[in-house]
Amino acid sequence: MSSMKSRRTIALAVARKDVSIELNSRILTNQVAPFAAIVMVMFAFALDNEGILQRVAPGLMWLATLFSMLIVVQRSFTVESADGALDALRVAGVDTGAIFVGKSLALMVQLFVLEILLLATAVVLYGVEMTAVGLLEAFVTMVVATAGLGCVGTLYGGLAAGAKGRETLLPLLLLPVVAPVLIGATRATEAAFGSGGTAVSEGWPWIGLLAVFAVIFAVAGTVAFGPLVDE
Amino acid sequence: MTPNSGTGTSATRRLGVLVIVLAIALALFGLRFSAEDVVQGSTVRIMYVHVPSIWTAYIAFILTAICSGVYLSRRQRSLAWDRVAGASAEIGVLFVAVSLVTGSLWGRLTWGTYWVWDARLTSTAFLFITYVGYLAVRRLDGTHRQRARRSSVMALLAILEIPLVHFSVNLWRSLHQDASVADPNAKVKLDGLMLFSLFLGLVTFTLLFVWLVLHRQRTMLLEDSFADRGLDVAIAERRNEAGAQ
Repeated sequence: MSSMKSRRTIALAVARKDVSIELNSRILTNQVAPFAAIVMVMFAFALDNEGILQRVAPGLMWLATLFSMLIVVQRSFTVESADGALDALRVAGVDTGAIFVGKSLALMVQLFVLEILLLATAVVLYGVEMTAVGLLEAFVTMVVATAGLGCVGTLYGGLAAGAKGRETLLPLLLLPVVAPVLIGATRATEAAFGSGGTAVSEGWPWIGLLAVFAVIFAVAGTVAFGPLVDE
Repeated sequence: MTPNSGTGTSATRRLGVLVIVLAIALALFGLRFSAEDVVQGSTVRIMYVHVPSIWTAYIAFILTAICSGVYLSRRQRSLAWDRVAGASAEIGVLFVAVSLVTGSLWGRLTWGTYWVWDARLTSTAFLFITYVGYLAVRRLDGTHRQRARRSSVMALLAILEIPLVHFSVNLWRSLHQDASVADPNAKVKLDGLMLFSLFLGLVTFTLLFVWLVLHRQRTMLLEDSFADRGLDVAIAERRNEAGAQ
């Protein structure tokens, strides 16, 4: 029981460390969020039709999230491998499962902030309108999808960490794995936005898919993260 | 095995000859002896390559997963398992590519389009990309053991990912005709010679796969021992230089 408790302490400490690094460096707000916003603007240039934009807004929002996530994950492991911090933690005998949970939590917090901004961008730029229930559904979708993305991002980020050529490798590894999240989150958000006449109720099963994804990768990550970074 | 003995043995040479004979037989049965399809005409002959190649790819990826699991679970971790896993995945990627290309050509002829966004096609494309990623992980920097551990975990994660992708794409949409031969209630019936040609294709491709894996994992062994020896030689040279000064 005490080991459970110490693991939780470690996980929270790692998460707090990552979030405070982020608060000091402000990479998320000064670089990643503007990048995500410009992607949303570029989508509007490419599609050039307000009706279409409103229809496909959920998909664009989640695509922008996934692209930005690649940068955030990359960053999350650059801070670890730059000074050999991850090695130091492992040498100190820190449980790798707890490190995984901590880093995932920090990633989730950052992604969630980003998604709120992207949702606001979609409302402002693409003319999305939501009912109160729709807003609740969009919120739940974001929470559940972010849980899955945080776990899977940390897992694959850890895999590529410290190796040469990882900047180019991470998107190739990560994007196919998060395809179920893109599908599920987009469909659920469509229901929340009512895009193309979808009812709000049609979104909940997709949130179920997102939940399954999150649980599977939370478990897989806790088990597999150790062997991956243990070098 | 000594470094200059090559990658063949008398057994693999016999297997190689058998594969050549079977491939010629398959070409004859597939292109000449088997009948045209009532609906699809001669285009049905693509099936004798298309179905065996995806079959072989599935076998390859299952073998990769099994070898990766064995590698991780043994206390005495033998790199041989890792090499077979890697060799098998490489050849699997090749065969998925073949089945995607033949499939889209066949689709163009029968459905009128190279690609449809159907569940099975889409997840096959994901299968391809996933194992291309796996092969890229194998080429990351590091020792042989690091490579083996990283790629084994990747192979096991792929086993998690593929059903998830398939399931979600399936929810997304489905048009592909069900596997017609395996389905007992299928309306599509293959005549005897067509069925024989198809099974001949499966046998030929499976044996070709075995032959390729045997050779590939041996060249990997040679590559690994070359890398190890290269390091030893370089260290010895440095020592000599240091001694001479």
